[in-house]
Amino acid sequence: MSGVTNILLVGVGGQGTILASKILCYAALDQGYQVKMSEIHGMAQRGGSVVTQVRMGDQVFSPVIDPGEADMIVAFEQLEAYRWTHFLKPGGVLIVNDQKIVPLPVLIGAAAYPGSVLADLEQKVSRFVALPALNLATEAGNSKSTNVVLMGALARFMNFPQEVWQKALEEKIPAKLLEVNRRAFEAGYNWQA
Amino acid sequence: MNTLMTGNEAIARGAYEYGISIAAAYPGTPSTEILENIAKYPEVYSQWSPNEKVAAEVAVGAAIAGARSLVAMKMVGVNVAADPLFTAAYTGTRAGLVLISADDPGMHSSQNEQDNRYYAAFAKIPLLEPSDSQECKDMVGLALAISEEFDTPVMLRITTRVAHSQSMVELKDPGERPLKAYEKDARKYVMLPAHGRARRLVVAEREKKLAEYAESVSVNRMEMSDPAIGIITAGISYQYVKEGAPGASILKLGLTNPLPEQLIRDFAAKVGRLYVVEELEPYMENQIRAMGIEVTGKELFPPYGELSARLVREKLTGDPGPAVDAPFEAPIRPPVMCPGCPHRPVFYTLKQLKLVVSGDIGCYTLGTAAPLEAMDTCICMGASVSGALGMEKAHPELAEKMVAVIGDSTFMHSGVTGLMDIVYNGGNTTVMILDNSITAMTGHQENPATGKTLMGQPAPKVDFVALVKALGVKRVSEVDPFELEELKQVIKTEVAAKEPSVIITRRPCALIIKNTEKPLEVHDCTGCKMCLKLGCPALSFDEANKTAVVDAALCTGCGVCMEVCKFNALRKAGEA
Repeated sequence: MSGVTNILLVGVGGQGTILASKILCYAALDQGYQVKMSEIHGMAQRGGSVVTQVRMGDQVFSPVIDPGEADMIVAFEQLEAYRWTHFLKPGGVLIVNDQKIVPLPVLIGAAAYPGSVLADLEQKVSRFVALPALNLATEAGNSKSTNVVLMGALARFMNFPQEVWQKALEEKIPAKLLEVNRRAFEAGYNWQA
Repeated sequence: MNTLMTGNEAIARGAYEYGISIAAAYPGTPSTEILENIAKYPEVYSQWSPNEKVAAEVAVGAAIAGARSLVAMKMVGVNVAADPLFTAAYTGTRAGLVLISADDPGMHSSQNEQDNRYYAAFAKIPLLEPSDSQECKDMVGLALAISEEFDTPVMLRITTRVAHSQSMVELKDPGERPLKAYEKDARKYVMLPAHGRARRLVVAEREKKLAEYAESVSVNRMEMSDPAIGIITAGISYQYVKEGAPGASILKLGLTNPLPEQLIRDFAAKVGRLYVVEELEPYMENQIRAMGIEVTGKELFPPYGELSARLVREKLTGDPGPAVDAPFEAPIRPPVMCPGCPHRPVFYTLKQLKLVVSGDIGCYTLGTAAPLEAMDTCICMGASVSGALGMEKAHPELAEKMVAVIGDSTFMHSGVTGLMDIVYNGGNTTVMILDNSITAMTGHQENPATGKTLMGQPAPKVDFVALVKALGVKRVSEVDPFELEELKQVIKTEVAAKEPSVIITRRPCALIIKNTEKPLEVHDCTGCKMCLKLGCPALSFDEANKTAVVDAALCTGCGVCMEVCKFNALRKAGEA
């Protein structure tokens, strides 16, 4: 549907995709968009694949993004980027945290972690950004701010004013962690290969 | 004020705004957050019950006593609660009573995909289906109004996408919380056969009145557009239709039992080709066809899984939309037991002992997956215990190589009666109660053994040892699952015993304790890979250097892998 922006946040249970989606939704609502957000929780929280879907526009009906219809995908982990890339529209933006979290079938030797994830993705997706979000978060002062680094990286591709993002961080992040997260957001926003 | 809410949060808000006084539930995905959020409104009394039948009876009792009441459960919970539901449908209720059924098309976290709309038709109670969070809130109010006007319980049926999707909700101030006076009325509330026969006629009369009401209720409405295509839809499918078939005329039904026959006939007469778009079973479609109306539905749409806007577009217009590339092949990332999980050593030991494991529902069901692979059956809540007795009766020799494994919350839900059956009917089976001091899988809810209620009040704790002894079990052992050797010996001894026995493994869930242990280190690993058989996410193997690797960021220092390692290669940080 025209006029609706579709954003997928994909990662591993425990990586903070939900907080990231709250920041994103807050910013979108502040910009006057209708917003719907969908996530499946339950068993997958125990270290499984997680996906949060955010849709914003003048009028949004389905809360779910179909394959081939995401304008942007923010992947919190390499393999999850690999798993979800076919949801991207032609010309869509793929932002990948270059962190690897090895799934159990690989840990126990029953499967192999693909060797060329970033190279394959770069070849396939023209608007492709890979960034060391975990390192950037650690440098900013807290490795748990990886999710906010990635929201900073996403913000470059969205037309929201800076102050909206700052307001979203203030609203959604506890005061004592705000400064670290402001730095994390900035690190993601300013990151260049 | 407007705010973004999940369907579950909106139902809780509806309970607060529309005068619910009493709410009860047993946790179950995707329904759990309804009661968790109601508990945030102290004006509403809310509680976790040991199972859905109990929760439903609490709500029925409260409504008969005169308080507006709500009970919430996942769809398989309605199977457990069906007994009170079907008869409360005869008695009716003095004050409004809403039953929330949270169905799970696509089985995101369920063992089957049952379509509970049939329950409403079967029990002869009205059924409401919201399609977003605002409707979730509004329909709590509508359900109470219908319940009180027609003297019947009302089912509000949501699905995972409605329960767990956020959309905008307009908040209002709460209305009053009415409490009607209690009066004895045995002819209405004592369902012995003579009274039941009289009430059955009342129910038949009620169904006629509800059928009339369904014709004019505002949640059943036409949205006329291009008359060539007419679509009858309800629930989340409405959103997929609006997006996938934007030009079509729509009959959106919010009240789907009973169906509004005349409204459907009128709509059918206005449109060219008539479709029904509904997830899961042809519930509306079959009824519409029985009215003699030509309609297309399940020839196009599958009776399983979730629908989508893309699927609606493809099936109705032949245009699937943009081409989709084949996905990259990525190894699966299944949910796993957490590092430091007290269930892991139990399943490791059961596998080592090559036991048949009659399993149950909870985090420990993850013991099914590689490398633990130590579960033979898992059917429904409580079936581990009673199912084991059946297996033993079929093959008596199985009793000495089998255990039933059940969590603390699941044991209280419906394992107790099964254990009583083992004792009563001369079984020998060993039942393991994995007590991790919480209802873990659904996100850490209190239960009758945790010492705390949903509203945060202190409560007595169920004493499992005294309980199982009272049932007649003489052999009861308690063991720390992190003491691997002791655990193994206790299991071997109890499985061999020729009488019923219970082993209670005690260790709190790794996610609810403040961990002070240091992560492990690897020294002089021989590369035998024994530790990898635990399936711990903190352990991996470096093939180049032939050594186990501990991920210090994940390792909780539980030490179970130290016990598995025969070469003392895994050590606590700082220890020799």
